[in-house]
Amino acid sequence: MSIRLGGGQGFYGDTPRAVEGLLAEGVDYLCLEALAELTLAILQKDRARDESLGYTRDLPRYLAAAIPAVLDGSTKVITNAGGINPRGAAHAAVETARRLGVSGLKIATVLGDDLMSRLGSVRDETAGGLANMETGEPCDSLGTDPLFAAAYLGAFPIADALAQGADIVITGRVADAALFLGPLVHEHGWARDDWDRLAAGILVGHLLECSGQVAGGNFSGEWWTIPEPWKLPYPIAEVDADGAAVITKPAASGGRVDVDTVRHQLLYEVHDPAAYFAPDVVADFSSAHFEDLGGDRVRVSGVRGRPATGTYKALLAHHAGWAGETRVAFSWPDAPEKARATAAILAKRVEMAGLEVQEWCFEEWGVRALGGPTVPPLPEGVEPSECVMRVAWRCDDERTATAVGRELVPLALSAPPAGLTGMGRGMAGGVTELLGIWPTLVDKALVDPHVTITIEEV
Amino acid sequence: MMRLALRELCGYRAGDKGDTADVALFADDDDVYALVVREVTAARVKAHFGSMVLGGVERYEAPNVRALNFVMRGALGGGGPRSLRADNLGKTLGGALVRLEIEVPDKLAARRRPRPDVAWADAILATLPRR
Repeated sequence: MSIRLGGGQGFYGDTPRAVEGLLAEGVDYLCLEALAELTLAILQKDRARDESLGYTRDLPRYLAAAIPAVLDGSTKVITNAGGINPRGAAHAAVETARRLGVSGLKIATVLGDDLMSRLGSVRDETAGGLANMETGEPCDSLGTDPLFAAAYLGAFPIADALAQGADIVITGRVADAALFLGPLVHEHGWARDDWDRLAAGILVGHLLECSGQVAGGNFSGEWWTIPEPWKLPYPIAEVDADGAAVITKPAASGGRVDVDTVRHQLLYEVHDPAAYFAPDVVADFSSAHFEDLGGDRVRVSGVRGRPATGTYKALLAHHAGWAGETRVAFSWPDAPEKARATAAILAKRVEMAGLEVQEWCFEEWGVRALGGPTVPPLPEGVEPSECVMRVAWRCDDERTATAVGRELVPLALSAPPAGLTGMGRGMAGGVTELLGIWPTLVDKALVDPHVTITIEEV
Repeated sequence: MMRLALRELCGYRAGDKGDTADVALFADDDDVYALVVREVTAARVKAHFGSMVLGGVERYEAPNVRALNFVMRGALGGGGPRSLRADNLGKTLGGALVRLEIEVPDKLAARRRPRPDVAWADAILATLPRR
């Protein structure tokens, strides 16, 4: 018997309307992946303003769309929308159910990913001392105190919650792909050391976790031939007990599923495809075999796995200053030169005003803003028709970052021609807080005893 | 032998983890895969990106899908929530990679990936109220 999983969300900002299409097609589990590193930073800012926040705030809309199908027993919902406040998310879920006047729902919350309350002891006791796993820097170079610290939990707490009868499972920082492995462990009874099957489940989860990206979204092949791309393709996997799976999509949606679209997602953000480190297994994506079945169906099989490591990945974030940005457009002739001159005039005025900028970023849009040194120079005599200069800056404090932006406005009548344009409406000069993120590893033995599942019945 | 940009031979996708960019290159067939395994080395990619990538570049092979994955350290201006770059998540670095020109044997020299036809998009846009 195969289990049908739906990938109903790929990030915080995806549309809850995805739910309708997947439920119409029929999925046993609706998995909603809401978290990226950047998302956690956004949620941290939310929680700093209001302690009841810190979860993805579109959760009630997703649940409102899914709850009728949950009540009739046709699907269950699993999501890491809890972000850095799963309790807050569970509260919002309960409120949503009450508002809809439904009863008989079991809402499970998985806790234990949060390391903040015991960060000092975790740092002292974990083998690596919470050193940065990208750079090797020791934790004491982290600077200011972390704003959040969370371990990436695995699939087994989700499977446990389902075994306890949960209809909706809300977690904090569970690894994206583990959201999908959880129900497979529960349904197929996969053991904790059944490495090949756990790897197969992680592969399926990895393919589905970014919603449309497996089904023709962000596809670098003949993207313009993707059918009806406005009917966003939220993917489905039919997963057998042996781990083999078919990746597909609702027939009524746009998009395309073939080996080419699937392989684009296979390598997305995986580092070494032969050693994809998940909380519960190390998966070898390079061992997978893909077969095009036609009709937007791709079969994946043969995935191998190796024993999981003794650590979870964890992510810490710390305050990293304030940033502002602005844009100014220049037209032909001499657009890039005008743009660079204006950037220099701005920087000079900022210096004269005594405003301290820690870091600048100048991007010549229309010339080489995105490609940088990979972009060859234009041939002699060829000029871009226009150039947008995007300037961004980082300052230690919010007031200074705001003041830097104001130095641009007087240039409207005193800069290179033809005056400031292209700034758009809404140039309120708002600045944003920057967060530095610190990926690290934490011993599982320091995390697992703290993982708890609570179930609230509405 | 002639030089050809990777855009004529390969697909791409890029993403981020912290200050590390992951850029995958997907060969169109076995001949192209063998070619890019030989030609598109980590050192060459590191040189191509120049000042955009402060740290090292590692290369991984996935022959089952005829793909290479380049892991580029210190490539995102400090990482998504910290970076001042507009493309703070490195999504455009795949396109930047396929600008790279490599030497191709004669039998692949005529390869060109098709260029987009978005007549359908223009037709949609033509129906919208504008002035």
